[in-house]
Formats: sequence, C-alpha cells, structure tokens
Amino acid sequence: MIGSPDVVAFTKEDEYGQANPDPWAVPEEFSVPLHPLADSNPWAKTSYAKFTKDFILISEFSEQVGPQPLLTIPDDPKVCGTFDLNYFSLRIMSVDYQASFVGHPPGSGYPRLSFVEDSRVVLGDSKEGAFAYVHHLTLYDLEARGFVRPFCMAYVAADERKIMLQFQELSLRFSQASECLKAGNRRAFAKELQRKLQDLEYTHSVLQREEGLQREAGPQCMYSAHAVEKANELANVEKSIYEHRDLLRQISSYHRRPRRDPHAVTCQKCMTECLSECEELLDKYVKLANPFSYCEKEEDGQGQFDDEGGEEEADEEDDEGVKRRPSYTPQLIKAKSAKCFDKRLKTLQELCDETFYDATLELLKETERSFRGDLCYLHTRRLDKALRRKQRVANFLFEEDLGNDDEDEAETVRPFCAVNHAIDSCILLNPPPIVLGPEPLELDALEPPEPLDPTSETSHTQESELGLGESHLESSPSDQTLETQESSEETKGSFSSDKSGVGPSEKQQSLTSMKSEAPDPDSDLTPDPDHNTDLERESSSEEMETTAGDDEGDDGGDQTPVSLLEVVSELKASGEDECGGGNESDLLVPIDTACCMAQEGFLYEASAPETMPCLRQSSHPPPSPTPVVNQEPQALLPLQDDYTVGSPCLESPATGLELPVGHLGDAVSRTSAEDGSDCTMSASTGSDRAASPLGYGGVLTLCHRKKAGQGALRFVRQYPFAMQALWCLLSGRTLVVLGADEGRVRRLVAALALFVPAPGKCGERVQAWLSCPFTLTDLQRWKLIGLQRVASPVGSSMLYSLSRYSRYISILDADQKTLRCPPYRGQLLANVADHRTYIRRGSTYFLHIQSTLCHLAAKAFLFTFTHHLHLPVSATEGPEVVEGRRRCFLQEQLGLGEEDSQILLYLSQLITQQYLQPASGGSAAAPCFSFNYTTSVLYKI
Amino acid sequence: MLRWILGGREAQGSVEKSPVLCIGEEQPKNRFTELQVLKGHFDIVRFLVQIDDFRCASAGDDGLILVWNVETGERLQELRGHSQQITAITTFTCNNEVTSHTSLITASSDRSLSLWDPDTGNRVQTISDLQSSVKCLLVLERLCVWVSGGEELCVWNKDFQLQCHRQNHSDTGITALIELPKNCIAAAMDKEIVIYRLTVCDSSVSVAEIRRLSDHQDQIRALININDRLFASGSHAGELVLWDAIEWNILAYQHILWEESQASTQTEIRMGAPKPSEMSIQHLTTNGKLILAAVGSGLYVYNVETKAVVTYRKVAHDSNVLHTMLLSDSELMSCSEDGSVRMWEIQDLPPSAEPASPGFFGMWSFSRSNKQSGPPSKKVMDIPNIRMLELTGDLIGHSGAVQMFVSFKENGLVTCSTDHLLILWKNGEQQSQLRSQVLFQKLEEKGGL
Repeated sequence: MIGSPDVVAFTKEDEYGQANPDPWAVPEEFSVPLHPLADSNPWAKTSYAKFTKDFILISEFSEQVGPQPLLTIPDDPKVCGTFDLNYFSLRIMSVDYQASFVGHPPGSGYPRLSFVEDSRVVLGDSKEGAFAYVHHLTLYDLEARGFVRPFCMAYVAADERKIMLQFQELSLRFSQASECLKAGNRRAFAKELQRKLQDLEYTHSVLQREEGLQREAGPQCMYSAHAVEKANELANVEKSIYEHRDLLRQISSYHRRPRRDPHAVTCQKCMTECLSECEELLDKYVKLANPFSYCEKEEDGQGQFDDEGGEEEADEEDDEGVKRRPSYTPQLIKAKSAKCFDKRLKTLQELCDETFYDATLELLKETERSFRGDLCYLHTRRLDKALRRKQRVANFLFEEDLGNDDEDEAETVRPFCAVNHAIDSCILLNPPPIVLGPEPLELDALEPPEPLDPTSETSHTQESELGLGESHLESSPSDQTLETQESSEETKGSFSSDKSGVGPSEKQQSLTSMKSEAPDPDSDLTPDPDHNTDLERESSSEEMETTAGDDEGDDGGDQTPVSLLEVVSELKASGEDECGGGNESDLLVPIDTACCMAQEGFLYEASAPETMPCLRQSSHPPPSPTPVVNQEPQALLPLQDDYTVGSPCLESPATGLELPVGHLGDAVSRTSAEDGSDCTMSASTGSDRAASPLGYGGVLTLCHRKKAGQGALRFVRQYPFAMQALWCLLSGRTLVVLGADEGRVRRLVAALALFVPAPGKCGERVQAWLSCPFTLTDLQRWKLIGLQRVASPVGSSMLYSLSRYSRYISILDADQKTLRCPPYRGQLLANVADHRTYIRRGSTYFLHIQSTLCHLAAKAFLFTFTHHLHLPVSATEGPEVVEGRRRCFLQEQLGLGEEDSQILLYLSQLITQQYLQPASGGSAAAPCFSFNYTTSVLYKI
Repeated sequence: MLRWILGGREAQGSVEKSPVLCIGEEQPKNRFTELQVLKGHFDIVRFLVQIDDFRCASAGDDGLILVWNVETGERLQELRGHSQQITAITTFTCNNEVTSHTSLITASSDRSLSLWDPDTGNRVQTISDLQSSVKCLLVLERLCVWVSGGEELCVWNKDFQLQCHRQNHSDTGITALIELPKNCIAAAMDKEIVIYRLTVCDSSVSVAEIRRLSDHQDQIRALININDRLFASGSHAGELVLWDAIEWNILAYQHILWEESQASTQTEIRMGAPKPSEMSIQHLTTNGKLILAAVGSGLYVYNVETKAVVTYRKVAHDSNVLHTMLLSDSELMSCSEDGSVRMWEIQDLPPSAEPASPGFFGMWSFSRSNKQSGPPSKKVMDIPNIRMLELTGDLIGHSGAVQMFVSFKENGLVTCSTDHLLILWKNGEQQSQLRSQVLFQKLEEKGGL
C-alpha cells in the first residue's frame, strides 16, 4: 500500500520544521491563502469525500483479524457516512513502520520488549478523498505476539493541505495522547506481569509438590512418561518465571531509556509514579528468592496432593481457619499453550488503565474539536489570535477575551498530562460508552461508602460486565445464579486434572467466568471485608495507587496460599448459611478453554455468585457502576458530543445575552445552524468549563455575539434610527431599551451588545433585563440596559428615574419604536448601520461589524498614543494649541465630524483607563463616568 | 416626559406642577462633565469640610467620618468612633513655625467630642459624657481655643481641656456661633443673638455675656460673618438683619416676603396659606460684598454696600434650598432638597428668555413651556438696578436631598446627600488631559507599550 501512487509519506524527522516554521511568527504568513489551488474549485477537493467532517480514527492491527477500526471520534456514525472504515484501517495500518522483531534476539536468553518510538505519517487515498495524519504506536500485551500490539490513531480529513499545514500541532497533540495511552499501558502491563508471575510461582510450587510425591511414591514412577512430562513442565515453568521477571525488569527500565522521539511529551508525575510502582514490583520479585515457599506451607496444612483435585479437598478441610486473604488469587497455569485464533485479545481499554484511557479519549476529543473547520478558518483564527495577542492594549474594546486562549497556547507547549489534570472529571463525568465494569475498588473510592458486603459488589460488577460488556451471553442475574449453581455441582462431580473432558456446559460456565474475568483483571480480587476496607481507604485517599494497594494485599497471598483458600471457603460457607444451606461449591473452577489466555488455569469462582442472590434477597441493592452515571445525568450533557446545533450554548446559564432561537425566523435558525459548529468549536472541553466558569462565560460571549449578528442585522434593517442608537453605544452614552415584552427586549439587548465597547469578560457592562428603578451607579456600571416597562406604582418610580437621568441616557422604546437620543449626523457609522444594507446573513454582518469596530479601535489606539495630540510639544505651547491640534487630527486626518469624534474620544478614554489600571485590577478609586450636556431629540420610525 | 414614556395613559404630575424653571440638557456653561460616585456612608451624609487642597472629610448620620482624595476619588481614611450621628464638624489648624497641621474636631449625638488626625486616621483626643450634645463648633485660632455650643457654651484649649463653660437658659440652645472682633463671639439662640466676650489672663479663659440682641421675630436660622465690621443673621420668618460687628446695632433690616410679590402676579396659583418654610432663611453665605440667602426654595442676593437687593428668584429649586455658595461676584451655586445642584449667573441684561436649546420634541418641549412661567417675579421688579439671576447649569445625580457641597475650584465639586452618596463632579476635559499626561508618563516609565 505504501507503493500506492498517491500515498504521501511524510515523516517528521525531515526538515518540515524548517520548511514551515511557526506560521504566525513570520509576517508573510499573515496573508491568508485564499486560493490554495489556483486551478481548481476549492470545493472540488472535498466534494467526493464520503464523510462529512474530519474525524479521528483509532485502529488496531490485530494479530487475529488484521487491521480493524476500533473507534472514531466523534463517535457518531453520521460522521463517517459511507466511508469504509475497514478499508481505510487496512490502508493506514499497512504501513508497517516498526521492524518489530520481538522474541529472542541473538545473544540474549530472554524475550525482549521492543521499545518502539511512535511514527507519524501522512497518508492519502485520493479515490476515497481521504487524507490522514497517522500516528502509529505500540502497546504491550503479555499475550500478544512479541508482547506488542500495534495501534494507530489517525486524523482523517478530506483536505490534504489542512493536514500538511497542521502537521506539527497534530503531531504534538497525538503524541500527548499516545504518551497517555502508553503510560497507562505500562502500568497495566506491569500489573499483568505481576499477576502472571504469581500464577507461575504458584504453578511451580504445585508442580514441585507433585514431583515430590512421585518421588516418594517410588523409583518405578520416576522414569515413567508421566514423570518426565512433569519434570519438563516444571522446567518450563521455571524458565517462564525467569523470562517474566526479566520482562518486568525491562518494563521498569523503560523510563531510563533515552527517547529519540523529539515529540514525545511525557508527564513527569506519571512517569515517576509508574516508575516507582514498577520498581516496587521488581524488588518484590527479585527478593522472592525461594519460589517454592508455596510448597512448604501447603504441606503443613495438607498431607497429600495427587492432582489438582486434591486442592479441592484441601479447601474443604481448611474451611475453618485462617482469616487473611490476598486480593489476588494465583491460578494454575497450564503448561501447554495452544496457539489458536479464537482467543480473546484485550481491548484497548483493558490494555490501558481506565483512567488513562478516558483521559486519552478526552484529549482526542479536544483535538478533534480544535481542528474543526476548514484550513482557511483555522488559519484565520490563528492569525486573528496572534494579531490580537499583539494588540493587547486595545483589543479589550471589541474582541472577546483571550485569556483562555493563552492558556491553551501554553498548554500545547508545556508537557501536558491529561490524566493528572482530568482525573476527577474524567471518571465522574465521562462514563465510557459501554460500561465494562471499572475496578470495583476505584468505584468504591468514588462512591459514598455503603454498608455492604463487598462480595456483592464484586459479584455485581462481574454481573454487570456480563450483562453489559458481553451481552451475547445474556446472563440475567437469575440465569447467572442458576448457571453457577448448576455448574458448581457439575464441576464438583467431574473435576479432574484432565482438561480434555470438559462438558459443554462447563465449558460454557468457564467461558462465562472467564469473560466476566477478562474485562477487568482486577475484579477477581477475592473479597475480604477487612482487606477491602483497607484498600478502599487507601484507594480513596489516592486513586492512582490502587495497584500499590493490590500489591500489599498480595503480600499475604504470596506466602500463604493455603490460608487464602481457607478463607475463601469460609466465606463461601457463610454465604451458604445465609442462603439457607446451598450446595457446596467448588472453589476451583477449571478454566479450560482450548485457548490459552492469561487466566487459564484455575479461577477462583469464589463464593461470589452464590452470596449474591442471598444479598439480593435481603434487598441490598448492589452498587453498580451505572448509578454513578445515573445520578448526575446533567453532568454528562456538556460532554456528550455536540453535533447538535449549538447545544452547549443553549443549555448554558448564559450571561444574559441568550437569543431564544425559536422566536426568530427561519433565517435565524439557519444561521444558528451554521454557527453551531463555530460555537462548539470555540467551546472548550467540558472539564475546562467546570474548572473555569469565567472562561466559560467568555467563550459563550463569542458564541452569542455571532448569533447576535443576525439580531443586529435585523435591528439595522428595521429601524431607520439604528445608526443613532449605535452611535450612542459607541460614544459611551448608556442606552436603555424600554419594553414590556421581555423576550423582545432581551433580543434587542443581545443584538446591541455587539456594539458596547469594552463589554467586559462576561458582558458586565450589559444588563439584559432590569425591572426595578435604576440609579446613577447603575448607569455608571451598565452601558446597555434592558428595562421593563410596567404600568404600576413601581413602574412610575422607574420612569421617574428615567426622566431624572434622561441627560445621561438614550432611550430606545421597543414597543413604540422610538429613540430618544442626541442627534447624530456623522458618516462613520453609515456603513455599519445601513438601513438598506445588502448583507443578508447574520454571520456576514457580524464580520462586517467586527471589521468596522476593529478599524475604530485601531484609530482610537493611534489617537490615544500619539503624544503631540495630548501634550504640548514645547513649553511655549498652551493647551489651546494642543486642543487645536487634536481637533485637526480628528477632523482632517481622520475625517471625523463632531459626533464621530466623540466615539473616538470615548474609545480613547477607555483605552487610557485600561492602560492606567493597575495590574492587580482593583483600584481604590471609583470609576469615572463621563457625559456631556446635549439636547436629545426623539426619533420615530 | 412621563406621559410620553407611559404612552399617554397616565399623567404624572411631578413635572407639571412645579413652575420651576428647567434648563434642559443643553448646558454649554456647565463644565462638570464627569462624575465619580463615592460610596462609603451608610446613612445621610450631612457635612463636608475641606481639609486642604485635595482632601475633604464627610460626616453624617452613621457616625462615620470619611476622608477623601478629591483628585482621585479615593477614600483615604475612615474615622470610626462615634456611635451616633455627627452633629458638627470643623477643621482645626495648628500653626507651628514651619508647618501647619490640620485636624478635625467632630461632635456627635452620643455627647462626645473627638479630635482626629486625618493623615493617620487616629482619634487623637476624645471627650465623652458631656451634659448635652454639641450643636455647633467654633475655632478661635487667634486665641488657640475652640468653642462648642449646645445647651451650654464651653471653651476648650487645643489640648481638649475645658477652660470654662457657661450654662444658658434657652430651650433650643446655641445653634450657631461666629467670631467677632475684640475677642467676642456671637451665638444664635432661638430668637436672640447673644454676644459673649472671652477674657484671657494667665492662660486661663473666662467668658462673659455682654449683650443680647432680640430684634428677630422668629428663630434665627443662619448667622455669618461678612467682614471685620459686619455680620448678618437670618431668621425663620425671612428677616435678614445686618449688624455692626463692634457696636452690635442693626445696620439694615430686610424682610423677605415672597407673598408680597406674589399677591399681584400669581394669586391664582397660590393655594391656601403659604408655609412658613417658604420664606425661612435656611442658609446665608457671603463673599464680603454680597450676601446670598437661601430663602425657602428661592435665592436672594443682597448687596452689603448699597444695602439693596441685587437679584432674587423666588423659585430657584423644586424644594428647599439647603446650601449655597458664591463662586464669584456673578456666579453662585445652590443645592436643594430636590436632589439637584444648580449653578446661576447674575446677569445685567434683561433676559432673552430663550437659553438657546433647539430641537425639543413632543413632551420635552411641553416641560419647556413651563419654563417661561418660571420667573414670575419679573413683574414686580419695581426696584431699580435689579439684575437677572439666570440658571446656567444643573447637576443631577443624587436621588435624595443634596445636603451640602464643597467646591475645590478647578479640581471639582463634592456634593453629599441623603442618598448616602457623595458625588465628585469634575471637568471631564481637564480630567482626560490629566489622564493622558499620566498615560504618557507611564509609557515612558515602561519604555514603550
């Protein structure tokens, strides 16, 4: 596929960075590429793409089925349309970038983990009209071939140029996501290794004991085929133990490895956490010099072991006794590993820690959001931002606040860790689409503690996994119970070491348990009230350290598997008591499947499935992961993908500028539909919003401003005196919109708010709806007021204040369509407030306004900072000379009349005030309120 | 105006009923085009005193004294200590050889007196548990003593030690105190003016009553010094008496009776008996040549030298005038219970009756038509050489009665009001120049943007 004619391979290590340096640092880059391709229709390129919007695709090169798509962001089938994800996955995954030799390299005795750096490639498929930035990465999986699983994340767009020009940022963001995934993966991998080592050691001890017994049995058995087989098996297990220890050592050394990838962005905190965790594990398994401790201990409690079945007896005998139990129960590992293709590979979620997975998804969603829009749009936005950043002195006048964007900018530069920043919100607010039973311990940590037997929690988790995760099993709770009991009996009867003779039902059962096991390896923690509370406490205090907690729990188990068994069965017994004496169940369920998964061997079904129904009867609703979700449905709303039109804006507690879309005509809703994408684009992530309500408001202001464009256009077209109204606002005279109908007044205010200079971050200078008399202080604070007209005593006092302060305000009567304000005869606003404008669309008009206002702000800036317009040039000059020069500048150089000059003077005054404001923002002095004494006239329609 | 706003359904009377003149919104002579609202008080602000060129102190019914920087509008100090409303406040300047330090003396209804340092905000001295609350204060800088008047007259030295005191037998007590030549002081007590003489011997001060002047028919409301030779008093009944400061005899007696002038012109408007407050002299002020009297809701300007009325306006405000000031020989200012401050000009020419404000529409011109009927007293101008008192501007901002104002000349004007606010009125153009200056200073300091 790489040889395909239109594949564009582009790796970062080239001089791309020099070829296209920081696009907004270079002046010539300020020019917007209006015609990317001179010859062709700009829309032709994307016209035959089969998807409607850019999206992110995550694919895997599965060792079983080959390249397959895993998920898309946004997770909406509409996005991809008829685009063949399978085919595209095949294409992007077929770039086998990693010469991944794994296994036993010459000269080393053990399999090696390959540390492969990510690769970044741009691929294209002109036939499909799709181009993609493809980011390949590998994750470790103990069961995978060579321990690695290749994945890739692709940003798929119809515009090749967009990808090429955004390459650096795409690369940066995907690197972040990749690092996040990999950090989680290493953690999970270490955990898995640990578990495997436990299994192996346990198996080893069992095998040894068997061997010992054989030896005791007599020399005639010594050389039997069976004995030889056992010996081989033992040797194999030992070898395997060494191999796995080495793997653990390798994964722990990951961090010390120098990174060749210049784009690798790592979070120091995650790194150190992971590192310490791994080292802890490593220490433990290196120290465990005598892997045969199982043997001795067990021999104490148990006389004879013939086969695995013996353990069952042992369990029964040990029913009463020991109290401690580890959180993980080792399992026997079968020597022969069947290589078959129906084994179940871990999902991406399982490969990475849940937290990290969620954080990565969040990161990718954010990426997808920030790249919405076509190249031109992105480019303009960036130029806009860059320019505005340079114009800090004046851009508070009409531009929306840049504060958050700055942070964004900083964030992309500095090492970023999605997990640490988002850990709280991503667990609580962002449930995975399929609830696959997060770790019960973590759940406990998040939920308010409930006086419940943890057993039921575990079992329920398993159940929910079964029910939700693997729905094809269709195991309702009752099914499960029946099945379990039945199979318990069966296993009891037919238990043997001979795995070949497993009946279909048992197979089913073991498959069930395995499935329930698989999604979350931790769910098989044997429940123990004592330990669990410990762990709960620990995990609640430090969510990230759950693994560490497991380890501590395991300490006991490593040494005393016997006691472990005892407790389990004790618990089982108690469960039976509760149930009114149920069947004795087997604690060891053989997991045989012809497959060779990690958990092959014995799974402790424990008593969980049995106690569960009892608890059910005693009407303890088991806590499940879903209640967490259900409790706060509204919290989920902002996180759900917002392809719906402007949803985040509508549901927001706005700054008082909301435009009720429904009331406006078709045109408006169409506009808002257009603007929808813009809105969502400007909206930051949900977690950001939660964190900073201020920024939230600011962001929404932009959204509203865009929508208000339509309102402003209507206003201008509808009212012949719109120009006068706008002049009032721009020259700093407070405009009161008076009306009886709240909706109408609010709409007018929202539309006119576009013209309020320096409206504040959240529109503090605008009061959308006021129904009480205002005072002078209010006039000083608000430059645009929506006032309720009421015919009542309250109203009369309000109207009294209106007439009293009439010299400071202009009154726009929304009901009678009149405007009372000083006369305006200038020309400056004629262009913006043209009654017969040809502009038909709100967004166009908005941009038109923006450009005019921007122009004004620039003039005001010039005026403010021109020295000789305000101060005498020489000592001999009097103030009249300066005054004359100022007037000359305004009238002749800027061509402004008397009234137009007032606009500029007001803007200049605002700039001055802003500039002189102390950096802390708080000034002891009261704000000034300027006005002038001019007669007002009444304009009628 | 309101009819227009209400859509003609409801006729609000407030505009129509008062025949007061209205200047409209075109005020070219009004240079106060910027204001700052100073918040801090919790109750009516009654007193303002100027401390120096850029500071003033305000005090009121909340017992707080706030010191303000008039240039910036900053609150500099908050003097707390009085538990009840402030009844009198004055500045007390100690002149050393090189420096002069101004302190504040305040009296409160909690029957205490305090001396404050406005620089540090410290309460330097305090005297509590007086027999009665003090209603007025007078500082005699020459003698380095100060006098408090209430039901008793007390003389204090600058260290707040009582020198002597004198009980008086009037019900109302002393309402006003002025200093007269020859170590005399005049105290207004109900309908009488009592002259006391202070005798200083061996650093002890004694006070003796010398004369009682009982020529007023009604309670004396205002008592002022005009110059070294003259002082004036005004009564509730509208009597304005000019006194010789040394001989204490009447030089002129003017009874301001609005009713007289009205009888001929506006009898049809006058309903019922005139309220006595309509001719009460609320406040007197002088610049040595002219006396400006606030008579009811009107203004009355009297020339001391010619002993004749210069100009007057019966209805200068909608409500009682509370404080006045002569800015120059021709400019004056008044504030009133109606919440406005008005600036006036004494003009020689007969008024053109049209203060040039074109472009009124609808009801705005309606209220304007009232304006012409505003000065009804023109017809009774039988006195020769009478001049016109023309409104040149008004300041509207307070929502309650404007109690007092203090002018800082170029730096602005501070008004205080029952709405708990102070407003600092400034010349907007001048302020914006000053800001520009600061801006370029800062620009220079920072070395560019």
